Amino acid sequence: MTTDISKIMNKKRLSITLLPLVIFICLAILFARGLQLDPHKLPSALIGKPLPVFTLTTLDGKTISEKDLQGKVLLLNVWASWCLTCRVEHAELMNIAASHQILIYGLNYKDQLDAANSWLQAFGNPYVATIYDPKGMFALNLGVYGVPETYLIDKQGIIRYKQVGEITNNNWQSVILPLAKTLEKS
Amino acid sequence: MLPEFGNFSLILALCLALLQAILPLWGSYKNNLTWMNLARPLAVGQFTFVLLAYIFLTLCFIDNDFSVLYVAEHSNTMLPLVYRICAVWGAHEGSLLLWVLILGFWTAAVCYFSKSLPQVTIARVLSVLGWVSVGFLLFSVATSNPFIRIVGDIPANGADLNPVLQDPGLVGHPPMLYMGYVGFSVAFAFAITALLSGKLDAAWARWSKPWTLVAWIFLTLGIMLGSWWAYRELGWGGWWFWDPVENASFMPWLAGTALLHSLIVAEQRNTFKSWTVLLAILTFSLSLIGTFLVRSGVLNSVHSFATDPRRGLYILIFLCIVIGISLTLYAWRAHRLRVSAQFDLVSRETFLLLNNVLLVVAAATILLGTLYPLIIDALGLGMISVGPPYFNTVFGILMLPLLFFMAMAPATRWKLTEPKKLMREFYVVLIISIVLAVVLPYGLMHQIQWGVVVGLGLALWIILATLWSVAKKMWSFPRRRESREPPGSRINAGVFSGTIPRSTLAMTIAHIGMAVTLIGITLSLSYPVQQDLRMAPGDVATVADYQFKFIGEEDLRGPNYDAVRLTIDVSRDGKLIEHLYPEKRIYRASGITMTDAAIAVNPWRDLYVSLGDPLDNNAWGMRLYYKPFVRWIWLGAILMALGGVIALTDRKYRGGKNFHAA
Repeated sequence: MTTDISKIMNKKRLSITLLPLVIFICLAILFARGLQLDPHKLPSALIGKPLPVFTLTTLDGKTISEKDLQGKVLLLNVWASWCLTCRVEHAELMNIAASHQILIYGLNYKDQLDAANSWLQAFGNPYVATIYDPKGMFALNLGVYGVPETYLIDKQGIIRYKQVGEITNNNWQSVILPLAKTLEKS
Repeated sequence: MLPEFGNFSLILALCLALLQAILPLWGSYKNNLTWMNLARPLAVGQFTFVLLAYIFLTLCFIDNDFSVLYVAEHSNTMLPLVYRICAVWGAHEGSLLLWVLILGFWTAAVCYFSKSLPQVTIARVLSVLGWVSVGFLLFSVATSNPFIRIVGDIPANGADLNPVLQDPGLVGHPPMLYMGYVGFSVAFAFAITALLSGKLDAAWARWSKPWTLVAWIFLTLGIMLGSWWAYRELGWGGWWFWDPVENASFMPWLAGTALLHSLIVAEQRNTFKSWTVLLAILTFSLSLIGTFLVRSGVLNSVHSFATDPRRGLYILIFLCIVIGISLTLYAWRAHRLRVSAQFDLVSRETFLLLNNVLLVVAAATILLGTLYPLIIDALGLGMISVGPPYFNTVFGILMLPLLFFMAMAPATRWKLTEPKKLMREFYVVLIISIVLAVVLPYGLMHQIQWGVVVGLGLALWIILATLWSVAKKMWSFPRRRESREPPGSRINAGVFSGTIPRSTLAMTIAHIGMAVTLIGITLSLSYPVQQDLRMAPGDVATVADYQFKFIGEEDLRGPNYDAVRLTIDVSRDGKLIEHLYPEKRIYRASGITMTDAAIAVNPWRDLYVSLGDPLDNNAWGMRLYYKPFVRWIWLGAILMALGGVIALTDRKYRGGKNFHAA
């Protein structure tokens, strides 16, 4: 029962020692592909579903619920004063608001009231109203990963699209605006 | 100015690392002693400047210098000092700096402890380590510089460290873990050096082994601390989640454990060399792949770092260069190695080979499971995640034979062991283990669960068989005589020496540690009692013979959080055991709510209270746990590490450059 490894292996030694390299190359190709994919681009479970029920206050102290967001096509933009990307995104939101193409509502996420209000005062307010969600509970129900995120909501209050990360002129013009226009017509 | 000094140090370290990578290697081929001699000073210089950069970053945290983006994002003036110091490694940029620092530390340690090595070897080893340093320093400087200043308005206060990380676990876990898997770079460098020179001998294995051992000890403790931290802090009562980040540290551990065992064969029998070199490359490669998975954002994980596609691409290219070159070198050199391994089917070699194969296959299945979502996604089949059921099943099945054979392995001999003799020796022990595994749980719990019988049986089998083998070794037989004398001669039948070699003692403790962990896993999974319930002040709940009484709540003001603290008295048979104080904390800066579980600990069981949400009438949602033997999981890991430490004190590895393996 003596196992003579040398006899078995000498024939195919090179192919055997090459094997780890080949396996690694396959892995590397997989990784390279993986880099192009975005694990955060999870299809939101809520797309095609109505906005979750909520009753909260706005930044200026009025009560707001999901009913106030029905009957019009709108953007719901999740932001916070501590979020640097939101500041970058803010200029684009101001442009969109000024063009009157769509209504923008804000969802202020895990923020402080003073900080959020002074942020709007300092940089301008593109929002019709901003829902104040200091605990992030509504955002949790909405399936927010992080800020900024933007949801496109149709007239029936149903979520139609979700943008993870900032809105840029590019994705606004090419994706969100066309979609909003078709929703407006329907 | 501090951040600029830090930045400067980091860039200088990169330059030195580049020189360290090129000059000694060049010198080793040109036989230029001056250039080879540059290896040590360059390595030490590189380490010094990384250390300086690290110290500067720490000082920025201590000073609350929020003009530095990294500090502003991960610290806060209210954060306690100890966490400000540890916050340095609380996120990607800083923990990468820690990575490089530890790599530099290992490099410096090689300089210091390898005085007896041939000049060419040390030059090449340090040069290989230098290349790894270059890769990571460039990564840090180019894509993840922690010293970047905020342009424009400097925030008055920072965003605070992630509350999950504000736990004593943060102090020990990451440095230990990094010491472990960065430490495998040394074994890797030795392996590459050996391949470059084409000399794979017992001396190479002997040099590699203590370094591998130290790295393995750190990794064992690091993983243990991580598991303990998850158990305390995540509030779910679990201690292992098969999360990609956990897997990233566990795969190198499995491969490293295989490497340790195969180094024994390479050192003592001068065989398995090609395989051992491959394992050394594999172990470090798995460390690098883990780093890639955690930091590139290709996988979602509970604790993956903030991601940036540039970073992912950079590490992937680095990964391809390091692993690609190593494996090419391996394919090119290793197939020319003369293999002359002759051993019987039942022999210590076979057992160690089995250990290696099972551990590597286990690491591979974990890699597969970790990458599975990525594979499916890459093939366009949608997004899925592979959960604990996959890992538990596959890993469990692979561990069964490993644990079974592990018990007998120490009793086998090199080259040849008679199967019959082995059977005769062990069948009594095996029967005792099985009987105990059935009788003990039945006697104590009055029920039989197959999982318990298997788990407990294997653990007892390992402990008893290992102890039996050791006891037998303590009867010392003068070796030469034994083989020369005719059978039946009783002149030197054996003397009870009462001493055992260091290496045997180390093995015994480490193997028993494995069994202890197994007992902890088996019993804590099989007999836990859990209750989720609503409790108002004055209510009493009974969980597994223990009464939990909700006394009351009070508000508490921590340094950077506000909390509600509940008092819960635990008693048994009317006798008070402990006051427990679970907390619900809200961290001021981030507004994040955290549950701080309270645990009553003893070696036989943990009693665990975790808070849910406050309900009406001062009531709280609560989760109460009784977890028997859960401490044994970590105790076993400590024993394994202790075994490693004892193996390290073996005289073979201290000095003695001309030791020749048997």
